[in-house]
Amino acid sequence: MGINCLNIFRRGLHTSSARLQVIQSTTPTKRICIVGAGPAGFYAAQLILKQLDNCVVDVVEKLPVPFGLVRFGVAPDHPEVKNVINTFTKTAEHPRLRYFGNISLGTDVSLRELRDRYHAVLLTYGADQDRQLELENEQLDNVISARKFVAWYNGLPGAENLAPDLSGRDVTIVGQGNVAVDVARMLLSPLDALKTTDTTEYALEALSCSQVERVHLVGRRGPLQAAFTIKELREMLKLPNVDTRWRTEDFSGIDMQLDKLQRPRKRLTELMLKSLKEQGRISGSKQFLPIFLRAPKAIAPGEMEFSVTELQQEAAVPTSSTERLPSHLILRSIGYKSSCVDTGINFDTRRGRVHNINGRILKDDATGEVDPGLYVAGWLGTGPTGVIVTTMNGAFAVAKTICDDINTNALDTSSVKPGYDADGKRVVTWDGWQRINDFESAAGKAKGKPREKIVSIEEMLRVAGV
Amino acid sequence: MLVINSCRAASRLALRSLNLRSPIATRTFSTGLALKTKDVVNITFVRANGDKIKTSGKVGDSLLDVVVNNNVDLDGFGACEGTLTCSTCHLIFKTSDFEKLPDKPGDEELDMLDLAYELTDTSRLGCQITLSKDMEGLEVHVPSTINDARAA
Repeated sequence: MGINCLNIFRRGLHTSSARLQVIQSTTPTKRICIVGAGPAGFYAAQLILKQLDNCVVDVVEKLPVPFGLVRFGVAPDHPEVKNVINTFTKTAEHPRLRYFGNISLGTDVSLRELRDRYHAVLLTYGADQDRQLELENEQLDNVISARKFVAWYNGLPGAENLAPDLSGRDVTIVGQGNVAVDVARMLLSPLDALKTTDTTEYALEALSCSQVERVHLVGRRGPLQAAFTIKELREMLKLPNVDTRWRTEDFSGIDMQLDKLQRPRKRLTELMLKSLKEQGRISGSKQFLPIFLRAPKAIAPGEMEFSVTELQQEAAVPTSSTERLPSHLILRSIGYKSSCVDTGINFDTRRGRVHNINGRILKDDATGEVDPGLYVAGWLGTGPTGVIVTTMNGAFAVAKTICDDINTNALDTSSVKPGYDADGKRVVTWDGWQRINDFESAAGKAKGKPREKIVSIEEMLRVAGV
Repeated sequence: MLVINSCRAASRLALRSLNLRSPIATRTFSTGLALKTKDVVNITFVRANGDKIKTSGKVGDSLLDVVVNNNVDLDGFGACEGTLTCSTCHLIFKTSDFEKLPDKPGDEELDMLDLAYELTDTSRLGCQITLSKDMEGLEVHVPSTINDARAA
């Protein structure tokens, strides 16, 4: 323990003396490692620190910078959603939490090593891959994933060279979830509305030259199964200079079913019907075109072919009819999946997530036997669904499970565990992140933006002082 | 309605960010001001497991302000800090209290409530409810959280 603290000093982790005192005076310390500093990781840390007195929580993050999809996923024109960062920052500044940025599981440290050094390891590293259409020509340059496009405008390191081709009039987005709608809004928003956001400078430049005028938002199923939420739709309908056009035939018979619907679905459907009724009254130079009952069939240069589908018990079944949509750029937005970053993880490749029951990772998914001390929360465990509140509730639940397992001695915490030793590694501490944060805020202020994100990892490390 | 909501949200946000940055401001806010008794409104939050949390705010505060200023122990409450972009300050009112509320929920509030867990016909977002003197003694129910399961 003492040696470990000395190591921290020697490495210049900028750990305050008060923090060290707390860590030293509480022995034997229960050590919990959280891998991934996104919403699931921070919400879990918040609850664990509150419910377990005698514990230290270490958060290990692949990137130098924290907050995961709150920084790299939430749309730049939704700054209010990012207010959760204030709560995460309070958690990070808790005297019993240590942040290790720029440490990658599977590369810098193995799961085996973390399990040896902690009583419990909670994996919350999210979902960084996307589902494929599995069509021929999908690898063409004009077919990109919406996830990458989001990462591009949000400045995820490695995504800056995406260079989406915005020189054509028609973009087709396959999928109708909120990510798809975010992307449509970014493509159709007046540039002035984005200039005051933290959209990366290179993305603003590319969008300023964009020739995109029509965005098709295509779903396999019907209006009653639409995956976007009402807030996102209402925002699209209010977008200046953008005309939303629905296909009347997609809504045949829909109004007869309104009474059967639960309130959220009913309100969403009513808003679509209202917009359909009013369409044509507003004219904009750009068009947002939601299209239902079409399944991806083929990709050809400049266009995409879809099968017309029919609904059978809420499932979309392709018919022999097809339709072609002009598509200069195709964005695939049919879901995320996680990757397996360490061979020690019992990973469900088919579903793209970790085998678990209520956050306890399974040693054997056939028998349901749990691997003690190993947990998962967030999209890595549940699959990529829901809004932040969904992830929050899920992470709180898994954090409570960890506390319960420790308190009931289902998890043995009697042995002394050393915690992570980052000796020799270029670690970004919370103080290092604060330096990056200050730098980005100052750079943004000069341009009237809340921040100008640093995109290069080397630059992040330089600003952090490591 | 949207404009009013946004303004209210913005002013609260300004207050709250002040609170976050300065512990002194927080103290002044909660105890330092010599509040006239008539400005104080007593509020009870009732957890799903029946536990009652008695606290108070002052006229003009939102129910989210009451939770924040009194450090009421509700994990994750008010994640977006009153900007109508989440549903974590969801509260359930008694029908009679719900009907007495002066403002009906706007579209933006209903849109967020639609994402809330355990949505009811008398659900509101705490950030949108402004305390008035006639709310004295108000009891509001908090939808079940992970903490209730623990206590149960």
